Amino acid sequence: MRLTQGQFSFLPDLTDGEITRQVQYALDQGWAVAVEFTDDPHPRNSYWTMWGNPMFDLRDAKGVMMEIDACRAAHPDQYVKVLAFDSSHGFETVRMSYLINRPAEEPGFELLRSEGPGRRIGYTVRSYATGRPSGERYGGETRHGT
Amino acid sequence: MSEAADLLDPEARDRPPDNQLIDLDALYRESGICGMLAGMDRELVGLTPVKTRIREIAALLLVERARRSIGFKAEPPSLHMCFTGNPGTGKTSVARRMAGLLHGLGYIRRDHVVGVTRDDLVGQYIGHTAPKTKEVLKRAMGGVLFIDEAYYLYRPENERDYGQEAIEILLQVMEDNRDDLVVILAGYRDRMEVFFRSNPGMASRIAHHVDFPDYEADELLEIARLMTADMQYRLEPEAERAMADYILRRMAQPRFANARSIRNALDRARLRQANRLFEARGSAIGATDLLTIAEEDIRRSRVFTQ
Repeated sequence: MRLTQGQFSFLPDLTDGEITRQVQYALDQGWAVAVEFTDDPHPRNSYWTMWGNPMFDLRDAKGVMMEIDACRAAHPDQYVKVLAFDSSHGFETVRMSYLINRPAEEPGFELLRSEGPGRRIGYTVRSYATGRPSGERYGGETRHGT
Repeated sequence: MSEAADLLDPEARDRPPDNQLIDLDALYRESGICGMLAGMDRELVGLTPVKTRIREIAALLLVERARRSIGFKAEPPSLHMCFTGNPGTGKTSVARRMAGLLHGLGYIRRDHVVGVTRDDLVGQYIGHTAPKTKEVLKRAMGGVLFIDEAYYLYRPENERDYGQEAIEILLQVMEDNRDDLVVILAGYRDRMEVFFRSNPGMASRIAHHVDFPDYEADELLEIARLMTADMQYRLEPEAERAMADYILRRMAQPRFANARSIRNALDRARLRQANRLFEARGSAIGATDLLTIAEEDIRRSRVFTQ
């Protein structure tokens, strides 16, 4: 099941040229661009691991692309996303967020129902991938601790 | 190329016809470098070899662009440069102009210069240098990286110095990201030579070595004129003669730093002018008094009493 999260997620995966142009747009707005990765695709998992610090002082997208390439090379089978943070008063929040890398196999989510008192049903979703410990979830069994 | 060679060359078929006409002049006009080169001639005094080299580079890039426009192969040339010269000969000013020029010619994407020295590139402990250098390179991407006093990167007296690491990362990026970044090294001539002798990899990756000659006395006077006009002051004719005198005397003294010494001299002349006006504050002064630097403002310099 293809994970859809953030911007552009119903489009085909962005090419490097398209990512460059999106990053350049964010930099031109004066936003700080950050790269984050995870192997826990749950939609409520908002704490992805940061790949370095957010890049506050760049003017050209090439600098971000270098970090993106390094992150994708280090975590080829994890989810990688790009964030653009707007620090201006009144926003102070993330203005852009989109996936730029995903594992080859995405097993999808399981819907769990738990019956409570009075036959009330509680629902929860759980990724099939998170059944395994972090670092071994997407065929990366040899890659402990990444 | 002969017919036979044409048949042997598989690319010859994809090549555009040889009889296409290109209007170089139109390309020249629309790139806007005409104005930039004229501005350079106007605002930079002397420096003939430097200007010649910049013109050559501009011509190369323009022809490159013309070739690309009709579909010829156009390898982007390597434009890393090294500026050598004594203090105050305009290395930094030219580097700043270079960014504008290369940007106008479409060689770099952004019109920015990131100026750094050893401290910004080299770390203080093991593992500190690489991230620090990469950080700077990331910031400079798309524009010009100007490394002032580049020879400090290499400290031969300390074999465990981290400068070597910074140099290696720099070399890698200079080679791989040629169309993203132009590196300009600057420094004094003799020390840069020592630096290149111990880093042959660096020397061979720099295509343009530009030497900044010292200024002549009359060029320095011209610079003084430009600077005073820039600061919205005016030199009286006598003051100008005094300035010419001053320049000759100052050039003979130690630690003469070309245009920088002139700037300092003018700053001190402004100080003395302000003092003179302040001391005579009983009478009203006009706008011309505020503008004018008098002869005595320059003559009272220490250079004349020594």
